[in-house]
Amino acid sequence: MKKGILINIAKALLLARWRQTLVAATGVTFSIAMFITLLSFMSGLNDLLDGLILNRTPHVKLYNDIKPNVNQPVNNIAAFKDKHNFISSVKSDAARIALYNSGAIMKNLAIDNRVLGFTPRLTAQIFFNNGSTEITGALNGIDPIKEAKLFHFNEYVTSGDAINLNNESNTIILGKGLAEKLTASIGTIVQISTSTGERFQLKVIGIFQSGLKDFDDVQSYTSIKTVQKVLIKPNDYITAIDVKLKDITLAPALAKEYAKVYELDAEDIQTANSQFETGSFIRTLISYAVGITLLVVAGFGIYNILNMMIFEKMDSIAILKATGFSGTDVKSIFIYIAVSIGIFGGLVGLLFGLIISSIIDQIPFVTAALPTIKTYPINYNPNFYIIGIIFSLITTYFAGWFPARKASKIDPVIIIRGK
Amino acid sequence: MNQTILEAKHINKYFEDPVRIKVLSDINFSINKGDFVSLTGKSGCGKSTLLYVLSTMDTAYEGEVFIDQALMPKSNESFLAKIRNEKIGFVFQFHYLLNEFNVLENVMLPGQKLAKYSKEEIEHRAYEKLKILDIEKLAFKKANQISGGEKQRVAIARALINDPHIIMGDEPTGNLDKKNSDKVFDIFTKLVSELNQTLLIVTHDESFAERTNRIIKMEDGKIIS
Ligand SMILES: Nc1ncnc2c1ncn2[C@@H]1O[C@H](COP(=O)(O)OP(=O)(O)OP(=O)(O)O)[C@@H](O)[C@H]1O
Ligand SMILES: [Mg+2]
Repeated sequence: MKKGILINIAKALLLARWRQTLVAATGVTFSIAMFITLLSFMSGLNDLLDGLILNRTPHVKLYNDIKPNVNQPVNNIAAFKDKHNFISSVKSDAARIALYNSGAIMKNLAIDNRVLGFTPRLTAQIFFNNGSTEITGALNGIDPIKEAKLFHFNEYVTSGDAINLNNESNTIILGKGLAEKLTASIGTIVQISTSTGERFQLKVIGIFQSGLKDFDDVQSYTSIKTVQKVLIKPNDYITAIDVKLKDITLAPALAKEYAKVYELDAEDIQTANSQFETGSFIRTLISYAVGITLLVVAGFGIYNILNMMIFEKMDSIAILKATGFSGTDVKSIFIYIAVSIGIFGGLVGLLFGLIISSIIDQIPFVTAALPTIKTYPINYNPNFYIIGIIFSLITTYFAGWFPARKASKIDPVIIIRGK
Repeated sequence: MNQTILEAKHINKYFEDPVRIKVLSDINFSINKGDFVSLTGKSGCGKSTLLYVLSTMDTAYEGEVFIDQALMPKSNESFLAKIRNEKIGFVFQFHYLLNEFNVLENVMLPGQKLAKYSKEEIEHRAYEKLKILDIEKLAFKKANQISGGEKQRVAIARALINDPHIIMGDEPTGNLDKKNSDKVFDIFTKLVSELNQTLLIVTHDESFAERTNRIIKMEDGKIIS
């Protein structure tokens, strides 16, 4: 009841000055709309750029790194065990880069419920023979079905069908840049040779385009079996297992765990791609900074209008106080005014933000680097809308707080005497 | 029957502008229920100042003010606001109505603040007060669409809404012509005789003062009779 009358008074004062109120609300609307649009667009971009790398990067990659053995024989001799031994010219040992016991590891991963999926890989450094020139490249043996499921491989195969790697033997999918160098297209037979001099002929059944030129210039894909054949290795020979987790944030911890349990090297996505996090963070920061700046400007608008209103309504404030409204009541009235401008302007702003974002979402955005993208990316995350309305409430509350406090301090005696 | 409604004890007040001057010195008096008191004196003798002190709006004074036999504190702003809302009705020389509201709503405002009754009841009571003042037909007019004399009567109705212990007026007829100020005076006498309302009215108007029950005369910040 008591609150009701304060709200009524606030409403009456607002409506009596509806033109000024509208101007103030428009400021809030504009800034919230910009805030929403910016954040949706920026985070759409973030998702897109992250997707470019993160979608096809394993969360944890299990492999054997080539590095010198840390247990040099001298350290095992009792006489030198506790000493600090200087050994120079240590060479990396010729240990297999293959994963030992890969079958057992995969069995364990399959029953690990933190793991979304995994796919074995086998990579070989090869040369593509193009007439008299040799082009270095990498031949990745993959399981096309699992790669498609976990790392969206099929989305980047712009012509041909990745599944055919399984259906037809001695087939290959080339990166776009590589295919151009080799003047190869679907159906072309390309000749490759290994570092040991073995030669093979593979039929091109697809071209892929990842969007990263350096990648597309050297990479090619085939089935694991084909690579094993090329390298003359047994059929349990793989060099890496790419693991995708249910929760990406567990990656560093799990990488450590796997490295210890399986006695191999494990790299997590956060370590491998830390620069992408930074990029996303900066873009998000910019959106927030712009949004908040606009809101502060809108806040000053509200501050001004309330100050004017209080100046014009001195008499009314004096009489309210004389008839028993306390300073707190008067303060509440003006804070209600400010906050309702915030709510109204903010909600309309959210609506405009949504409209502008969906317009941007329709604008064509075609780039060779991103074959799957047709329009500008927009992220319709409801959190942006919640943050937007909370921000507008907080800013308008503070914009209203100072004038409201001034109003609450008005001494009715001075006003009444002044007449 | 002779219940004390308002009592002032040793009130002193100074203004510091630009030098310290004493505007009220050792004011002592009391007003009983049903009294119709006028406060007169030369311009600048401190009548308004005293009224603001008694009304609890001005707290920068020395001495004690009792309303309804309770000592008024000098600092608790919201408590004093409550006292003004519940126990004191004001009528000023200028009407101070809120132009955003109509006449009835203006009268209702202090009632809604007190929230002793439901909104419908307050509305009904406000309408009754307008009837006492013979302006019920103005109830739904905007406050800025009525005449000065009418506004003053609306202000009186507003002062009455919470059935205050005392109504204080600072030259409520000062801005009205003879006809309208007579009307206001008649209303005051009616309030005293019919509702046993207590009134303390500051006035310049000798003829107005003479017709009240009791005259308090001030000179240079002191009560002289
Ligand atoms: N804020 C102030 N600062 C300094 N002196 C003041 C202030 N307000 C009033 N005074 C002085 O206090 C004295 C009393 O003023 P007050 O308004 O109470 O007189 P009054 O009796 O109501 O006069 P009037 O009949 O003209 O309304 C005057 O001399 C006035 O100049
Ligand atoms: Mg005066």
